Amino acid sequence: MTGCLEARDLVFAYPGSNVPVIDGLSLAVGAEERVALHAPSGSGKTTLGRLLAGYLAPLAGEVLLDGAVLPRRGMCPIQLIGQHPELVCDPRMRMRDVLKEAGTPDEEVFDGLGIRREWLARYAHELSGGELQRFCIARALAARARFLIADEITTMLDAVSQAQLWRFILDKAAADGIGIVFVSHSPALVSRVATRVVALRASASASALFLSPRA
Amino acid sequence: MPELPAPVSQPTAPAPQAAAPVSQPTVPAPQAAAPASPSGAVLHSPLRRRLPNRRLALVLFVVMLSLLAAVVCAGIALAPTATATDFSQKNLSPGLGHLFGTDWMGRDMFARTTAGLATSVLVGLLAAGASACIALVLGMVAALGGKKADGVVLWLVDLVMGIPHILLILLISFALGKGFWGVAVGVALTHWTSLARVVRAEVIQCRQAPYVALARRLGRGPLDVAARHMLPAVLPQFLVGLILLFPHAILHEAAITFLGFGLPPELPAIGSILSEAVTYLSSGMWWLALLPGVALLAAVLLFDRAGACLRSLIDPYRAQE
Repeated sequence: MTGCLEARDLVFAYPGSNVPVIDGLSLAVGAEERVALHAPSGSGKTTLGRLLAGYLAPLAGEVLLDGAVLPRRGMCPIQLIGQHPELVCDPRMRMRDVLKEAGTPDEEVFDGLGIRREWLARYAHELSGGELQRFCIARALAARARFLIADEITTMLDAVSQAQLWRFILDKAAADGIGIVFVSHSPALVSRVATRVVALRASASASALFLSPRA
Repeated sequence: MPELPAPVSQPTAPAPQAAAPVSQPTVPAPQAAAPASPSGAVLHSPLRRRLPNRRLALVLFVVMLSLLAAVVCAGIALAPTATATDFSQKNLSPGLGHLFGTDWMGRDMFARTTAGLATSVLVGLLAAGASACIALVLGMVAALGGKKADGVVLWLVDLVMGIPHILLILLISFALGKGFWGVAVGVALTHWTSLARVVRAEVIQCRQAPYVALARRLGRGPLDVAARHMLPAVLPQFLVGLILLFPHAILHEAAITFLGFGLPPELPAIGSILSEAVTYLSSGMWWLALLPGVALLAAVLLFDRAGACLRSLIDPYRAQE
């Protein structure tokens, strides 16, 4: 195991709420793994993703990478890709600059994700959601992330594009040793991509964590 | 900048083929017609050829700025003429010799108006620019500097807003010995408050945007994020605020000059021209107030249009309008 993303006894409740969304959750993901989070809507999958990537600070517990606490500043080695690409691209930047913020992506990334070169000169509102999502994936890869948290990243796409994007992500992850934690409501996608499915049960006092074999 | 996709020019490619069956067969050759008028061939293309929007806006912006600069230069050049008196030519109504007429001392009102406009534009620009910069810095400090900084800035805003503008300008101008700098500093120190609130609100809104959180996770420092994401976000508001400050600054300059605490009477300024003209209005000398007033309005409108052009260049959502 080259690297390990570990969540230890995470507890999180949104401000003003007494009921924790995530209560004592533990999870370990290896760099070669592709873990699917499985749970009904509203049970904290997105919250868990945001905790893992450092967008939210847990009330208790910690997120460890290779046994060390995540750095507070600097590039976060765990990058989150969400389901609303239009919210995470600055509307006043051209896509070239949006990408540059993370670093320079490899040329193969453009081809693999189907990003046309002329899109680089456009603003975010001049691209469709699917096109923007390709940029978000390219940006996470350009940041040299060691783990990707993919929160329903292809929900807005047709089946062919979904397959194209995931094929590329899986190849890239295998080549660069990037671990993946992903959320999807599509059983077909989960069965294709996941090496392990983790079921969350939300808000119960003893939040149970079921480990199941590959679906 | 200029390589933005220009949808206007793109339909030219299929034009010759599409044109051939539709247009009259008497047209000698489609390749001759194509470069002459590509817009006539495509159904949905604009009827009139026009410049790409961004270039048009840029040209307009440069034209208006150079007009303003020309007014300022002409005003400085005409300054000696503006104060030269000729009592054989006094109280003339507008005509060919004196475009804007002459006043009770025989001074040419056109030269006086131009010189006054130059002074007013300079005072206005200086005061509005300084005021807007104060607003930008304090607004960003309030939004990004934590609770204490926010409290201090808001307290300052309330303090300045609590005193009537004209009174505060008057006090500052008097304390600085009146004149050009007294007016400029007085206006600059009193007009930043509402713009500072707007900037603060805009930055707070931007601070919570998901793309800012993401930039932080990509390792960008707070100053970097402020410069890359927040400054561009407040820039349109900032420019609009700057433009709206400009007429305010000129009018306040005129007001305290009128009250005798502003520019000295020997310095031609729209404010002093108007305040002097008031006494002569009742004797039928309408040109003394009307023409300088219209000139001031034109200068303010010019500035406003220039600001609108700049805005359409900066704001990506309006770039293709």
